[in-house]
Amino acid sequence: MSRIVRGIDEASIEKTLGIYRIIDEEGNIVGDEPNLDGSTLYKLYEYMVRARVLDEWLLKLQRLGKVAIHAPNLGQEAIVGAVTPLKPDDWVFPSYRDLGVYLVRGMDEEEILDRALYNQDDPLKGSDFAIYGNRRFNMVPTPVPVGNQIPHAVGVAYAMKYLDRDSVTMVMFGDGATSRGDFHAGLNFAGVYRVPVIFVCENNQWAISVPFDRQTRSPSIAFRGLVYGIESIRVDGNDVLAMYKIASEAVEKARKEKEPYLIEMLTYRLGSHTTADDPSKYRSEEEVNRMMKYEPLKRYRNYLIFKGVLTDSEANELYRRYYNYIEDIAKKVLNKGGLPHDVFFHNVFEKLPWNLQDQLREFRESLELMKSLGLEVD
Amino acid sequence: MPQINMVEALNMALREEMERDDRVVVLGEDIGRRGGVFLVTDGLIDLFGEERVIDTPLTELGIIGFSIGLALYGLRPVAEIQFIDFVYEAFDQIYSNMARIRFRSGGMYNVPLVLRSPCCGGIKGGMHHSQSPESLFIHTTGLYVMMPSGPYDAKGLLKTAIRLNDPVIFLEPKSIYRVIKEEVPEDDYTIELGKGKIVREGGDITLVTWGAMVHISKQAADIVKEKLGVEVEIIDLRTLYPYDKDLIIDSLEKTGRMLIVHEAPKTLGLGSELSAYIVEEHVDLLYGPILRVTGYDTPFPLAHEKLYMPNIARIYNAISKLMEY
Repeated sequence: MSRIVRGIDEASIEKTLGIYRIIDEEGNIVGDEPNLDGSTLYKLYEYMVRARVLDEWLLKLQRLGKVAIHAPNLGQEAIVGAVTPLKPDDWVFPSYRDLGVYLVRGMDEEEILDRALYNQDDPLKGSDFAIYGNRRFNMVPTPVPVGNQIPHAVGVAYAMKYLDRDSVTMVMFGDGATSRGDFHAGLNFAGVYRVPVIFVCENNQWAISVPFDRQTRSPSIAFRGLVYGIESIRVDGNDVLAMYKIASEAVEKARKEKEPYLIEMLTYRLGSHTTADDPSKYRSEEEVNRMMKYEPLKRYRNYLIFKGVLTDSEANELYRRYYNYIEDIAKKVLNKGGLPHDVFFHNVFEKLPWNLQDQLREFRESLELMKSLGLEVD
Repeated sequence: MPQINMVEALNMALREEMERDDRVVVLGEDIGRRGGVFLVTDGLIDLFGEERVIDTPLTELGIIGFSIGLALYGLRPVAEIQFIDFVYEAFDQIYSNMARIRFRSGGMYNVPLVLRSPCCGGIKGGMHHSQSPESLFIHTTGLYVMMPSGPYDAKGLLKTAIRLNDPVIFLEPKSIYRVIKEEVPEDDYTIELGKGKIVREGGDITLVTWGAMVHISKQAADIVKEKLGVEVEIIDLRTLYPYDKDLIIDSLEKTGRMLIVHEAPKTLGLGSELSAYIVEEHVDLLYGPILRVTGYDTPFPLAHEKLYMPNIARIYNAISKLMEY
């Protein structure tokens, strides 16, 4: 296979079929480490711990009936490595299983819980569940129909190039989304227009109950990126250092050369699809237990201990600290009030058209009537 | 002032808006070198270059999804869908994103995107070059919907659409792209969102319509006047969402009789909503029922398209019936 087809040579194909990694599941160094100082190495770990603890708390709050629905993040925390190389002016289109992304972009635990509980401080004003975003962090809230955000990210990247900005766009999506037209259209546009966008496919092997080999017969997602003329690579998505290093290269390339890049983050969804899902119906406990040993936190912790950046007791203390921190925040947010009853009339348009004004008036009258009839309003 | 057709007026609006504001870009299939299959974007690529007059790959989903991204970053894209009949691949993007992002983001993001597209029948275009799906967009919630009936309005409405901070579906009745010529000023003017226009005054019947049906309705009104001595007042809605209820109510106060004419299928066409609204809120103004002359609840046919579309005879018949009240 020596022929070169528009940049598709043997080496670039190999990058899409191999698994790029730096540390193995025990934390041993098996690749070229990025040149990072101790505090950056530690920061990556801290974000992953925060994401995991927050995930546990969201599950707990869901079981208590406080959170409507949650998409568990367990096993996918190494996504923090993908977003860490971005600058504040860069844009991110996260997926709905990306707590680590929200934290790295600057959204804190309180805002995430405000959102999950859609209380009075919810920045998205109770619009939909399990999604996060805020313009302050150049992070666009995720559409629940999977993959819709892929062509949006390409449009933003085109606009950045058109306006001669020095920024890039990153978009996350799952393996299931790659079967949709949005993935095809997005990659195709990015290839044709050569725009600074980084596609990050979090291939966690399961689209609710459908396993990867039922999703596509392609050998990998990265392999599919190549045929759109996009440099693509498959990375061990449970190795945060590998994610960080490849994302840094992709971001730099996108910024300098105004070219798209695709990273397939090979990972595993250790939890359910959402709290409304029952994985025992479609996959074995043995499989999950087997995959547990590849999870991203333990190996990175071993690596950091080996590097002298972290001790065992510091790691335990870090976890405990965030657990208690979120417990305090949870108490605080649970005491906040709800959104105004008429919140959903606003933000449909910049100004309410006459028919919505009429309907809002009727709605408010109905609230008064409910009160006067002694009916519970909400 | 020279008389120009709707294609030329739309082209003028795009050119003026692109000169006025660097953020305005146009994109779509064949809109660059080809100038669009109906030539609405003709010559723009020479004036503004291929970065701003963007020929796209052939996917409506891609065009709209990509345009949403352009709009999110602050550009003002005007996306052409070659025929509105091809829009359905993009419907997920339109329904779930174009019309939902302001709401989803709690008002933090908005999508100033204009989707413009030739619509409606009358050119022997067959099923997939002739349909009138305006109700789908009206019912989506979160979209403004416009349809001009002539060159002057086309230019002013398109300029308004481009300057709005919310998404607009801008439908262009292709059968009147070239047949109607009007004086269109070269100056900057806009037509307010949600404002209809009385295109023929009369005291007996209020006929509400839009797009190419405005012209059929005018012809019918002339015949009705001659044969029955009935004076029909015709309202061209121009904006379909939000529609100009005040103009309709004012006219009904004079006439007490209402007829709606549209090309789209009858069931849940905009006529259903107009009729329901007047009955709910202003039934006291009516002498009798509200009647509708519309396309039938079938796909738009290639054979006998003139018989499928509302015609003078059907409008004449409806007016005769209304005059019994």
